[in-house]
Amino acid sequence: MKRLLAALALLLACTVPALAQQEESTAPYAYRQLDNPAQEDAAQALMESLRCLQCQGQSIADSDAPIAGSMRSLVRERIAAGETPEQIRAWLMERYGDYVSYAPRVTTLTWPLFAFPLAFVLLAWLLLRKRFGSNPATGEPQ
Amino acid sequence: MSQPPPPQEPKVSRWAIWLPLAIFAAFIGVFAYSLLRPAPREVASTLVGKPLPEFSLPPALPGRPGLDSKLFANGKPHLLNIFASWCVPCRVEAPQLARLKAMGVPIEGISVRDTTEALQGFLEQNGDPFQRIGADDDGQVQLALGSSGVPETYVIDGKGVIRYQHIGEIREDQLPMILEKFAEASQ
Repeated sequence: MKRLLAALALLLACTVPALAQQEESTAPYAYRQLDNPAQEDAAQALMESLRCLQCQGQSIADSDAPIAGSMRSLVRERIAAGETPEQIRAWLMERYGDYVSYAPRVTTLTWPLFAFPLAFVLLAWLLLRKRFGSNPATGEPQ
Repeated sequence: MSQPPPPQEPKVSRWAIWLPLAIFAAFIGVFAYSLLRPAPREVASTLVGKPLPEFSLPPALPGRPGLDSKLFANGKPHLLNIFASWCVPCRVEAPQLARLKAMGVPIEGISVRDTTEALQGFLEQNGDPFQRIGADDDGQVQLALGSSGVPETYVIDGKGVIRYQHIGEIREDQLPMILEKFAEASQ
């Protein structure tokens, strides 16, 4: 059992770094900021609202997955080339669907997300007004 | 002496008392269902049914051709396999790709974030079913294709339109399905 564990540890030690090294993104702007601070700010804001396709709970700004590196480089290169953040978002959504973007859109599928809170606030307002509103007989608060 | 009127009881019908609890239970139900159901991890390309995006990739191996998107629209269907030497499932699907090649299916390859030496080693070990291999070193063509990982296999018809995207390795039992998709693209 001990030998097995030792062998397993050795195997992990040998394989994991090697794999990680080869997978790392070599895209030019994966780990390099743009020289223009305003452009880098715009790129950063967009990257924080794009989903990493491999580690799906993270944005591409947070993720160290190789594909996230490629996506960061894509965002920075296109910003540097003069594209607007929303054009880049649209380009990615054309390929990966709404899923790639963290910025919600109102669609036939998502409208209840926006409608229900409004409906609940309206309902609460109506109920509260009925309960605590002014007394219609005297015109004074109860 | 006149008595003040007794304070008015709020008029709530009996079933309405249970309404908040029912809504709460419904929320718990929805959350439990979503948490316990295995969520799909795959992000499918939305380019299926659309023309292959234009790209031109340099050769991944010296002395072998690179890959240009134009050659897909030559009237014949192709498989486009996105792979890498560092990708373990790509080794698993190698025998299936070899079978497809033996059946006369043309397979073009894109190797993602790879090096020439690693790729040569991979092909020596696992066989080389590819007509051409384009080197997508910075992963930009992979993104243009709407691919979210390796391996992935696209079935592309003779007009250069993407007809099917297979995410993950092609397993042995999936060969008939891939051949069927290929035959559909041939029509």
